[in-house]
This record gives sequence, C-alpha cells and structure tokens, in this order.
Amino acid sequence: MSVPDALLMGAVAYDPKVVTIWEGFRRRLNATGVPFDYLLYSTYERQVEDLVAERIHAAWNSPLAWIRAERLAAAAGRTVTAELMRDTDRDLTSVVLVRADSPARTPADLAGATVAVGAVDSPQATLIPLAHLAEAGVEVKVRRFDVGVGLHGDHIGGERDAARALAAGEADAACVIDANQLLFTREGTLPPGSVRVLAQTERYDHCNMTVVDTAPRSLVDPFIAALRAMSYADAAVRPLLDLEGLTSWEPGRTDRYAALARAVDRFGFYGADGTVTAAEYRP
Amino acid sequence: MTPRPGGGGAASGRVDLAGLGFTDGADLLVRRALAGLPPGGRLHVSGRHPELRVHLGAWCRGAGHRLEDPEPDPGGSGAPPSDAAVAVVVKGRRDDDRWFGAVRAGSAHGVVDRPPGSWGLAARGALIEAGGPEVHFDVNEREVVWADAVARMYAHAASRQWDPATAVDWSSAAGLDPEIETAVVQLMTYLVENEQAALIVPARFLGRIHPHFREVVQLLSVQVADEARHMEVFNRRALLHRDRLGTSSAGGRASLLTLVEETDFSMASFLLSVLGEGSFVDLLAFLHTYAPDPVTRRIAWLAMQDERRHVAFGVAHLQRQAEQDPALLGRLRGAIERRHDALADTAGLNDDVFASLVVLAAGEWTPAAIAAGGERVRRLQHAMDDGRRRRLVRLGFPLDEAAELSALHTRNFM
Ligand SMILES: [Fe+2]
Ligand SMILES: [Fe+2]
Repeated sequence: MSVPDALLMGAVAYDPKVVTIWEGFRRRLNATGVPFDYLLYSTYERQVEDLVAERIHAAWNSPLAWIRAERLAAAAGRTVTAELMRDTDRDLTSVVLVRADSPARTPADLAGATVAVGAVDSPQATLIPLAHLAEAGVEVKVRRFDVGVGLHGDHIGGERDAARALAAGEADAACVIDANQLLFTREGTLPPGSVRVLAQTERYDHCNMTVVDTAPRSLVDPFIAALRAMSYADAAVRPLLDLEGLTSWEPGRTDRYAALARAVDRFGFYGADGTVTAAEYRP
Repeated sequence: MTPRPGGGGAASGRVDLAGLGFTDGADLLVRRALAGLPPGGRLHVSGRHPELRVHLGAWCRGAGHRLEDPEPDPGGSGAPPSDAAVAVVVKGRRDDDRWFGAVRAGSAHGVVDRPPGSWGLAARGALIEAGGPEVHFDVNEREVVWADAVARMYAHAASRQWDPATAVDWSSAAGLDPEIETAVVQLMTYLVENEQAALIVPARFLGRIHPHFREVVQLLSVQVADEARHMEVFNRRALLHRDRLGTSSAGGRASLLTLVEETDFSMASFLLSVLGEGSFVDLLAFLHTYAPDPVTRRIAWLAMQDERRHVAFGVAHLQRQAEQDPALLGRLRGAIERRHDALADTAGLNDDVFASLVVLAAGEWTPAAIAAGGERVRRLQHAMDDGRRRRLVRLGFPLDEAAELSALHTRNFM
C-alpha cells in the first residue's frame, strides 16, 4: 500500500457526479481529521479484484460486486465485510411489468413470452427478476439491453430501454426496479396507466461499503464512524447526501443478498471462487 | 386525517387514497398526511389501487420513510373492513432534518439594514433551507440604496411606461429647413450617446444590489427600460428624414466614460441622476419648447417625464443616506471634484451640439434670431445650474458650496 496514511476507497465512475460526491466527502472527512482518499474505476470487476488484492482498503460496491468480493476473498483465504449502506438501499424489490391490456395475469402466463431486461450485469433489472421467473418455473425469451456493461446496472439506460421496448410492443414484459416504474411514468417513457405490475420479487439490499479484512482498523473505524455520523440536518453534507441519494448511512447487513446469489449461481455469472463465468459479459 | 396519540406512544394518522395511484398524485396526499406527524409517527394508508403497496414502498424508500405491514386486527375475523390499511408508513427524519436551521430571509413587510449573502436569490421573507450558495451582492446596505418611497416610485414608473410605436405620431412629413433638420439630427445623435451611458450605469449596478432590496432593483430596471426607449426614439427621429447621424465628440465621450467608470453606487447615482439627468430634464424642456417639429417636441416631452423620476430617486435615496451618514457629502464633493479634474483637459460639450441648440432656439439664420437663440441657450445653462444647486442643497450642501460644486459639473451636461 503506497498511501498507508489514508483510507483508500474505490468507487465506480458510472456518472460524472461520482467525482462531485466522493470529492465532497473526501474534503469533508479530511477537514474533520479522518484521512480518506478515493480511486475511481471504470468497472466493478477491476474494483473488487483490487480490493481483494489489497490495492484499496474499501470499495463502494454494487450488490453483484459484493457477491464477487465475498467469493474472491474466500478463495484467497481472506474475508470481506459489509460495513455500511445507504438507508435507501434497503429492501428494494424489482417488478415485472406488462402492458395494461396484456392477457397475462400470473407469472406463469409469461411462458414463452419475450421479456425485456437491462444490462447483462444488472442485479435489479436482469439477474434478480429473471431468477424470480425461473424459480417460478417460467421459461421466457430474454431481450437484453446492454447499456453500461460493467457498471452492474448503475447506468439506468438499459432499464429505460427495456421499458421503452415494452411500451412499443416489442416485448411482452419488462423488468425494472420498483421505483423506476414511477420514474419512467413521470418522465414520459411510459404513458400513464399503460403498464401494470405482474410480479414483484422478494426484498433485497443494494450497495454496500465493502472492506477487506487486511485493511487497518485504525483507518477503517474512523472512516465508517464519520460517515455514520453524517446527519441530513447538517447543511454542509446534505447536498452530498442528496446527490448520493440517501438520508442516512446505516450499518451494513448481508442477509438480503440471497436472491442475487441464487441468480448468480443459476445463470453462472460468477464461479464459486469469484471467477467471471458469464457468457456475453464484456465489462 | 387527524393525528392522534397511538398505542405505542407515537402519534398516528390515517389516509385513504381511494383509487388514486402514485403515478397520479397519491404521494401528495401521503405527504400531506405525514406533515402532521412527528418523526416516528405512524400513518395508516388505505386505498384500492392495485399497485399501491409496490409504489408506496418505493416512494417511502426515496423519501426517507419506512414501510411496515399493518397490525393484524385484534380479534378480527373474516374479511378486513373496506378501509383497512394496506400498509403503515413510519415517518422518517428527512423532512424535518432538511429544514433544521432554516431561517426566514427577513420579513415580507420590510427591509433589514444588511441582508446576508446567504439569503441569496430567495424572495424576501421566504423560509430558506440552510446550506445554499453564498451570493456576493456587494451593494448590500439599506443606507446606501434605500428610499422610503421606493415602492411607490416603482409603481408609478411601471404605470407610466409608454410604447414608442404608438405614443408618437411618426408620420409627420419632412419639410423643415435643411439646416434646421441638420441641427435636429445633431442633437438626436448627442442624445442617443448620452442615453446609452444612462442605461449602462444603472444596468451595471442591477447585478450588484442585494435582491433583498427588491423595489430598488425593480425601479432601476424600469429606469433601464426607460433609457432603452429614449435611445430608440431619439435614434428614430434622427433617421426620420436623413440616412446619416451627426457627430460624436471626444470630449463628450470622455465625460460619459467617467460616469460609466464610477463603481460606487452612491457616487454614480449622484453624478448620473442628481447632476446629469437633472440637467437633462432642463435640456429636454428646452427641446420641447423650441422643437421645430411635432415628433421632436413629443419625444422630448416623453423622455423628460421619465428623467424626472430618475432624478427623484437619486435625490431621495442620497438625501436619506446623507442624513444618516454625515461623511457622505464630503465623498460626493470628492467625486464631483475628481471628475472635474479628469475632464479638465477635454473640450466639454461638442461644438456642433452647442451650435445646434442655438440654431433651434433661433429658428432662422438672421443675426437677430441667432442672438436671441444664443441668449436662450444661456438661459438654459442658468436653469441647469439653478436646478443642480437646488438639488445639492436638498442633499444638505450649504448654499455657497452648492453653487461652487454645480459650477464644477461637466460641460457636457451629462
Ligand atoms: Fe434617458
Ligand atoms: Fe435617465
């Protein structure tokens, strides 16, 4: 570790605002005596590899990256922990949408139908909802919209394209995160009243702050404590919290990644040792 | 929805959304119901929309609330009642926290002495969320910009706006003596040049005055619009029968440059409004009297009415400021002296302008008429001097000092 005096965190630059967010947090943390710096990655895959290789202490991880980090760490005889998460990343669900006039009433009615999904590596718009249908024994034709591959679905483009395909009649169903049905309706991608929810997945958690066990606790603990202490009532950090989309940093928990882990195994996305095994995945 | 203490000690409430969904505004009703509850309060939400539960969950996550399943009806059996809650929203801290430390940007009904930069562009009296950008408006003292009657002055100015296209009958035929027309064109050329300076000076301050002093900004904005119309009508009169303008002298432009370069609001207002525009009121009255054609007469009159308002505000706020700050008069004196020194080696009023004024007042080229015209221009200059002295005395200068300072005013009139 060439910079031993600061906690070094990786973040994926899925959007230019990522620089604003983490630069803002960096200034705030350093000003309050918490040594912190960040590295930006273009994909989650390199970020988690670097985490387990101890090139960084912590990684702001997608749920899929968390699963791979766990597996890579285990294969290397190490462990990773989920230290922290956003309040807004708890208990998400994905929904399978159909057009309002669709004859489908239950997931089983989608057998053989074309289902539009997001990018190949999107937990919320591809892996979890497709696994949900598969676990119900429904076999479908998948129409994938690979936008921002390697960003694990952080780029909303693929999900939006899936919704468009549904609205245009090019697909019989589309998979999106629950909040995005509202978003896509508000922004006009989906005409109001044009779609309905056919199925909803079980609840799952999204991003977390993953820390590798070899990272010195003397750097990790003040970092986590400082983030946890950030209050939405503090006008100096509120713009950063708004930009990152949270009201409070909550303790990490790992009991709600099971649905995604099953999907990863079902579709062979990663091997048990964290190797990337997904076909057609070019991050 | 009526908030009431719930079983667990937390306040609770109830809202029925009927068939309304979250894509059609259900969030407004939920938000309204939550507004009456403290953080931790429980809102029982019922409704028939098929996707209510899905969307309520997604909405709550984004809004910082928690969603819980409704408590089972104790001892209940069979079908739930039709207004049974679909879910319970537990109110989060987000809404309250956002407004922690919020303050009002003063009061809607009055101005403060020195509004802070943190109030920024918020409306006066608005509740402002903490943490916005600090905006630096350097003209931010009530003492410097304010006049007690400014709201009334703005309303009056707004009510007196006129349309150059219809307020003037532009159809008047050519037919002036060509040399009289030349004099008119020369005077219009001079006026346009001066109006441009009179527009730029308040316009430059508009972005520097703290918006808390809204009426001042409004009044000066209308003043800028006034000058825009003056530029238009004088330019249009110049080109009514000719296709070329008259001359612009180096001395005239030097005089205007010293006005435009003044960066202190009080000094600029003093030099422009009290002295310059004040003198222009007399000049426009002169043109109104001796105009050789109805268009010239009309536009001189219209511009004169506007200029009177510009002078009135300059005098009003400087008079007020001088009462509160005894050192102001000394600074004003310094400004007029500095400007005089800066212009000492320039030619002053454009000779062509002076000659045109004489010709207009003469009306014809006989020696007797020219002599009478010259006398009338001298009387105009006396009237300008009288007016400046009167206004200087109103600001608080003693009579003798007022006379001395008036004499130092630029020979360019503006
Ligand atoms: Fe004017
Ligand atoms: Fe004016």
